[in-house]
Amino acid sequence: MTHLLRRPETGAFAAFFLTYLFFALATPGTGFVSLNGTAGWLNLAAELGIVAIPVGLLMISGEFDLSIGSTVGAASMILALGTNQFSAPTWPMIGLALLAGAVIGLANGLAVVKTKLPSFIVTLATNFIVIGATMGLSRLIANVTSSSIFASDSAKLAFAARFGQANISILWWVLVAYIGYRILAKSSFGNWIYATGGNEDAARAAGVPVERVKIVLFVATGVCAALVGVLQGIQWNSGNSTYGMGYVFQAPIVVVIGGMLLTGGYGSVLGIVFGTALFGVISSGIFYTGWNTDWIQLFLGLLLALAVLANNYVRRLALSAH
Amino acid sequence: MSPPLMELRNVDKFFGSTKALKDVSMAVQPGKILCLLGDNGAGKSTLIKVLSGYHQPTGGQILFEGQEIRFSGPREARQRGIATVHQNVGSIPLMSVGRNFFLGAEPVRGRWPFRSIDTQKANAIAVEQMQKFGLTRVTDGDQLVGTMSGGERQVLAIGRAMYFGAKMLILDEPTSALGVKEASIVLKMMRIARQNGAGIVFITHNARHAMSVGDDFCVLIQGEVAARFKRDEKSREDVLNLMAGGEDMTDLEDDLEQID
Repeated sequence: MTHLLRRPETGAFAAFFLTYLFFALATPGTGFVSLNGTAGWLNLAAELGIVAIPVGLLMISGEFDLSIGSTVGAASMILALGTNQFSAPTWPMIGLALLAGAVIGLANGLAVVKTKLPSFIVTLATNFIVIGATMGLSRLIANVTSSSIFASDSAKLAFAARFGQANISILWWVLVAYIGYRILAKSSFGNWIYATGGNEDAARAAGVPVERVKIVLFVATGVCAALVGVLQGIQWNSGNSTYGMGYVFQAPIVVVIGGMLLTGGYGSVLGIVFGTALFGVISSGIFYTGWNTDWIQLFLGLLLALAVLANNYVRRLALSAH
Repeated sequence: MSPPLMELRNVDKFFGSTKALKDVSMAVQPGKILCLLGDNGAGKSTLIKVLSGYHQPTGGQILFEGQEIRFSGPREARQRGIATVHQNVGSIPLMSVGRNFFLGAEPVRGRWPFRSIDTQKANAIAVEQMQKFGLTRVTDGDQLVGTMSGGERQVLAIGRAMYFGAKMLILDEPTSALGVKEASIVLKMMRIARQNGAGIVFITHNARHAMSVGDDFCVLIQGEVAARFKRDEKSREDVLNLMAGGEDMTDLEDDLEQID
């Protein structure tokens, strides 16, 4: 029992389960628990979940990334300008959008590692630089800050297919979560991520390339954020520089609800998945209750505060005598 | 007698015009514990950095396994089997014993992309090594290192270095932050490591700890070797007096009594 309590995802699972139960009981007969209702909250969770996983891994390694928001928008605009203004084929433009995400991540990683400044402030700066550059360049090129996307059928199938009410982004989320799990829990690289966040000097002394670990994670975060930009752009048939701004804080919030410590060195992918699912349940469940959606923010804020307290407690429990 | 593992001959280390080490000669024998004693500022830290390859000596020679050598950096020293374990141990509290033990050299099984850390193997070896070095309390490789005591963490770090083939251990104040019982765990482990043939440099300012395990002794004062002797050649009072720079510690004790 205590063994279970010590696991980083236990709190997130309990919170998810209780919240789900609450909305299920509070909204009888509205279809919240139906297949379509389930697809609804999974859709809301999926895209956030795709960025939350690398952000979570990054937080375990002891770093933040607040530039994800503008990267989502930039990727969608690259796809829009390419397929619309330049009539370029879809797939190479998708490749370019993902590459842009990787470059933004690389720039973040190098800046953080070389300057040794807090990544919180470095990536906050990147966030503004990227959105500013996206808007400015879009204006220069096409005199727009949002534009339609003309995607090929194969791209629509891969990024915007729907099964009933469920978006294909749920499958992408599952894929990213699975890869994240394999890396974090199973691979040597995962061990290095924990070590980098747990005690950077000790990790370095043991031969862990801590700089490389961080840079790789920043790049992965950039690529995942760009993937979300591609998913959203193709789903909504348009690109917009401001897509993804909500993620800047939502991603760290669901990661912390998922059991991550702000100091790094602790957490699991399963925890992040439950944290994100919880976000989906609240955002979707509130509609079924008929309450004003303004309450979502209050809910999230309270959950975040609770999660930080609970995580601290779990950490103490984990470090208490065996 | 076998040749020394590492030998310093007339080593000097200057930082600008500051002489941190002056004409230091010493030899680390395999299977022996060399205690390096000295008060704060005696040059112990500089000497550790010279031994572990962080600093190049300004003058003099370093011989490793009979050959003159200049380490290009700590990495080369490590590759040659010189392991340094620092006072504030390099372990990661929120990671398990097995994961800490194999950090940076994780055993894996399976094929990419399904290759994964062989946790069972890592845990089993880590626990086996801990037990070998007298830590019978640690039986679960999944135990978080943060739940272990300071002495146990030292043992983990030293055991890890030994397992990965260290011939020479540089232990920087491994017992000074520990209680009596914890310190004895570490001292016991040093004896086992010595039995296994490791050459050990034990840096300390605790004369009692040094006397209990040391074979050879070297006292540093202001960057110079003030005394060099073997086990049982000097009493603990003599050693304390030497460390204090020749001032008689008993005088100091008398002074203190007068204050009371």
